[in-house]
Amino acid sequence: MIPTPDLSHLTRVDYEHVYEPAEDTFILLDALEQDAAELQSSRPLICLEIGSGSGCVSAFLAKILGSKACLFLCTDINSYASRCTLDTGHQNRAALQPVVASLADPFLERLGHNVDVLLFNPPYVPTVSQDWQSAQFGKSLEGAWAGGTDGMQLTNELLMNVNHLLSPRGRFYLVALKANGIENIQQRMLAFGFASKICLQRRAGREHLFVIRFQRMP
Amino acid sequence: MVRLITHNLLACHVKGCNSNNFPLAFDGPQIEIREAEFNSDFLMGFFPKIEWSALVNASRQLGDQSLPEQQPDAENIDDALLKALHHVLLEIHVENGKMICPNCSHIYPISNGIPNMLLAEHEIA
Repeated sequence: MIPTPDLSHLTRVDYEHVYEPAEDTFILLDALEQDAAELQSSRPLICLEIGSGSGCVSAFLAKILGSKACLFLCTDINSYASRCTLDTGHQNRAALQPVVASLADPFLERLGHNVDVLLFNPPYVPTVSQDWQSAQFGKSLEGAWAGGTDGMQLTNELLMNVNHLLSPRGRFYLVALKANGIENIQQRMLAFGFASKICLQRRAGREHLFVIRFQRMP
Repeated sequence: MVRLITHNLLACHVKGCNSNNFPLAFDGPQIEIREAEFNSDFLMGFFPKIEWSALVNASRQLGDQSLPEQQPDAENIDDALLKALHHVLLEIHVENGKMICPNCSHIYPISNGIPNMLLAEHEIA
């Protein structure tokens, strides 16, 4: 069992600004741990986490792969979160590279077919679309969970770029809610040439969470 | 800690800014040198992904002269080059300053080691 990253440097005040790891975070950690051997043997070089928040997930991935073995890029639309990601990296001896950005936008040009591990625990809660827009625009904590129509508005944007970003043998791990329409996501990605597997699913409170792993079809 | 490895991957993404939008030019960079663990496998793996002249120019902007102007062939990478590459990619950190797009002049600030690549609403494609 790989220990959860040390987040003791983050305080109650921090968690007013950055998403505090919860069941959706932990299911992603568990899925990555489950795949640890495969991840290691695939010898990734470039990892990109969208919406890194506290940095917990990328720090964990760095434990699995070895901090000096890869480049760990982390984007977040919230600069407070990027700061926390940097600190979490230091706290866990992982050289995480945070960038304040929306999705993978500033990396699209240079990282075409170059991302070996792509991670996204998105704002997946279905909300009114206007709330989603103002949450993202305001870069508030609400933006960490409010997902707009079907909880999919931001995820849909990233899905459009997965084919461009992922390396030939790259892997994309997505956290999703049953209400997001799991099969529909899988079907759409299949049309882009991606096979998918539900690595883990579990109920946490009212949420039925899934981690879906996507890889290009051989 | 904006390392040059990350800078080598960042391009301007303002709506309509599609050419000459990489690399971003440093303005007023404040740098710190921090030791990083050496990993030749990683460097060799990353080598073909480097935009070499962008890396060399950026390193020169930051006062480093160790890399050759031309990218060597992968078979000709000796220990000395690997060590220089390690230092330039991973150990030079831009803590504060700006990155400016050579095409549209958009300014991306760096503060406390973190670059802000967000755009204003009217700049988003």
